[in-house]
Amino acid sequence: MRRTALVLALVLIASGCGAGGRPEDAKPGSTVGITKDSIKIGGHFPLTGVAAPGYSEIPSGQKAYYDYVNANGGVHGRKIEFVVRDDGYNPTNTSQVTNELVLKDEIFAMVGGLGTAPHSAVVDFLNDEKVPDLFVSSGSLQWGDAPKDKPFTFGWQPDYEIEGKIIGDWVKKNRPDAKVGLFLQDDDFGRDGEKGVRRYIDDQIVEVARYTSGNTDVAPQIAALQAAGADLVLGFNTPSYTALSQLVSLRLGFKPGWFYSSVGSDPALVGSLLSRFSEGAVTDGANLLDGMLTTEYVPGVDAPDDPWMKLWQQVWSEHGAEGDLTNFRVYGLSQAYTFVQALQAAGPNPTREGIVEAIERAGKDFAGPAVAPFRYTADSHLGISGMSVVEVTGGIGESLTPVLVTDLGDAPIREDDSAASDKPPAGGIPK
Amino acid sequence: MGRRHLLVAVAGLILVAVVLQLADPFRTAQFASMAYYAIAAGGLTVLTGLNGQLSLGHGALMAVGAYTTALLLQDSDAALPLLVVLLVATAATVLVGAVVGVAAARLHGPYLAGATLALAVAVPGIPLYFSGTLGGEQGLAVRVPEIPDWVADAAYFVTGQELTSVRYLAYLGWLGVLVVFTLLANLSASEVGRTWRAVRDNEVAAQLAGIDLGRARVLAFVVSAACAGLGGGLLALSARLAAPSGFTLTLSLLLLSAVVLGGLGSLTGALVGAALLTFLPQLVTGLGQDLGLTDVQAAQLAPLIYGVVTVLVVLLAPAGLAGGLRRVAGLFPWRRANR
Repeated sequence: MRRTALVLALVLIASGCGAGGRPEDAKPGSTVGITKDSIKIGGHFPLTGVAAPGYSEIPSGQKAYYDYVNANGGVHGRKIEFVVRDDGYNPTNTSQVTNELVLKDEIFAMVGGLGTAPHSAVVDFLNDEKVPDLFVSSGSLQWGDAPKDKPFTFGWQPDYEIEGKIIGDWVKKNRPDAKVGLFLQDDDFGRDGEKGVRRYIDDQIVEVARYTSGNTDVAPQIAALQAAGADLVLGFNTPSYTALSQLVSLRLGFKPGWFYSSVGSDPALVGSLLSRFSEGAVTDGANLLDGMLTTEYVPGVDAPDDPWMKLWQQVWSEHGAEGDLTNFRVYGLSQAYTFVQALQAAGPNPTREGIVEAIERAGKDFAGPAVAPFRYTADSHLGISGMSVVEVTGGIGESLTPVLVTDLGDAPIREDDSAASDKPPAGGIPK
Repeated sequence: MGRRHLLVAVAGLILVAVVLQLADPFRTAQFASMAYYAIAAGGLTVLTGLNGQLSLGHGALMAVGAYTTALLLQDSDAALPLLVVLLVATAATVLVGAVVGVAAARLHGPYLAGATLALAVAVPGIPLYFSGTLGGEQGLAVRVPEIPDWVADAAYFVTGQELTSVRYLAYLGWLGVLVVFTLLANLSASEVGRTWRAVRDNEVAAQLAGIDLGRARVLAFVVSAACAGLGGGLLALSARLAAPSGFTLTLSLLLLSAVVLGGLGSLTGALVGAALLTFLPQLVTGLGQDLGLTDVQAAQLAPLIYGVVTVLVVLLAPAGLAGGLRRVAGLFPWRRANR
């Protein structure tokens, strides 16, 4: 028995040997995932599990826009096929489904992979495999501040640091006497946001409360903010924690002004979460949020007359899945629009290297739904450069400022409305 | 007995080499995943099946192995060879396992389940608390070290293909499976294994026979923890990240369900269970999409089918899939004559 095994092993080894020297290969650019009439892309999203409400709608928005583009002839004659894989917001699953997307489905590019922790599990793999990793659905700086290390990865939404800077600057100018409390998620999101805020109002901050995602009891944090006498709370938190912080404050009789970052402020989602978390006790969640301050970088469902919203409404009613257009779907639609722009810019014969080069070259001038221009260059892969401060009343946001544009570090904040007036092209597809 | 297990391992090695050589890159990556699940499930099946201790905390023990690996692989030019890193990860988990095991030896049944459940819930909180060193919510990135030149050259010489990092990890994982399973099989066939079974079947009788219950239980827990630690280390290498969201209670429960599905106490069963954990969700989701379900529906189909399969196995093959297969095989006369 042992001898048989040994012989078998030797035979196997012998049969495989003698491959000779290693062949050299020098390709001008990879065209994996591209055929004459199709282009296959993919993304990982939480379709199941705790993070699914809200976030699972983003890929449906993307898909609707690709279907719209395909119905109108595609890009350079190619139809876009979008493969969505569920990772349940678990990084182990993200690795597995990304392997599937890259190695089995052989996608040309990853578009809109969602979440800081899930995506950081695959960002090195995608760059090692030279797969364009476009428009990550997260505002962490790491997607764009070091393009030398991650040449294939691009951010999309404004990063958390510039959002913090813009919020801090606004508070300094408009509420110079406010005692500011910070309510932060204890990860990059909260840390980068705090860094930006402190640049302007370090001396106004009276208390910092951090929560860890998953722990739903935020009473100690809110009580600490109350005890410190904060009368304006800046929240860098997800929608669930906007709802939780509102409920706890209601219970404690704590009535400061609230300023939530764009991530956690979708009035429709927060309103429904409020009624769910309070088991029906809070029915008019949207009104509870009256007077809430936040920021906005793409027009949302509260502005149905915006030309971009009219386009999204048309795309969604023609090609959308079940359900109404939501801000998460608008996010996906807007992201998809940027991808189609990038693909157009990459020319009739796109390659993986080519689309990266095209975004670095032309990305700064992509005119789209975002109110501020992108920052894409060879030295920065960070996304949208600014936003405006908005006050929410009855679920509808009203701009308090023009579009404020900035960059990391001590880059100044300036007013720049140039991109806000961009209109969708006739036909709704970028050229 | 030991010799037979060694032979099976050698045959397994050849099978692994052939399968990994034929598999496309994605399947290879799946085999790498199956390997870490198999090692952890192998340890758990010995603990639960042979020694009768129910652990709901093996996901947390995997986290210990994963985080140790991640901490040792922070620099791009890692000082330690990969095998040493995995051994250190295993050793660290053994330490944690020993502490938990000593406490667990005093408990049994639902109390032990409760204590290990607490472990599963508490451990993912540790990286959040020490977010400075352990990376907090977004975890620690793991840099898979470069494949050593001699390994790459040897692999190229033998197979004529460049050894990819995915295939390297799959080989490493399956080498781990073969070593661990051979050791576990020998252990289970030895005096130690008989002691464990005696403790499981009747504590009083075991004590009367001069067996130290506590020692047997702690040893079983430590062995099992070592497997979880190695599995966790390999998981961190495959996932390229150690993050709390990868080691929630769900992982512990999935491991336990894999062990039950495969057949409690059976190493073959642990392999079958690991295969189900790895391949079933992806196959079912793919099938759902082919049938025209939306992405969300197809994604929701996977846990549903997994649940249905579990119920069916418990109803139709109470000894698990491996046990069920053995029973079917036992119906054949030549097999019976062999006994």
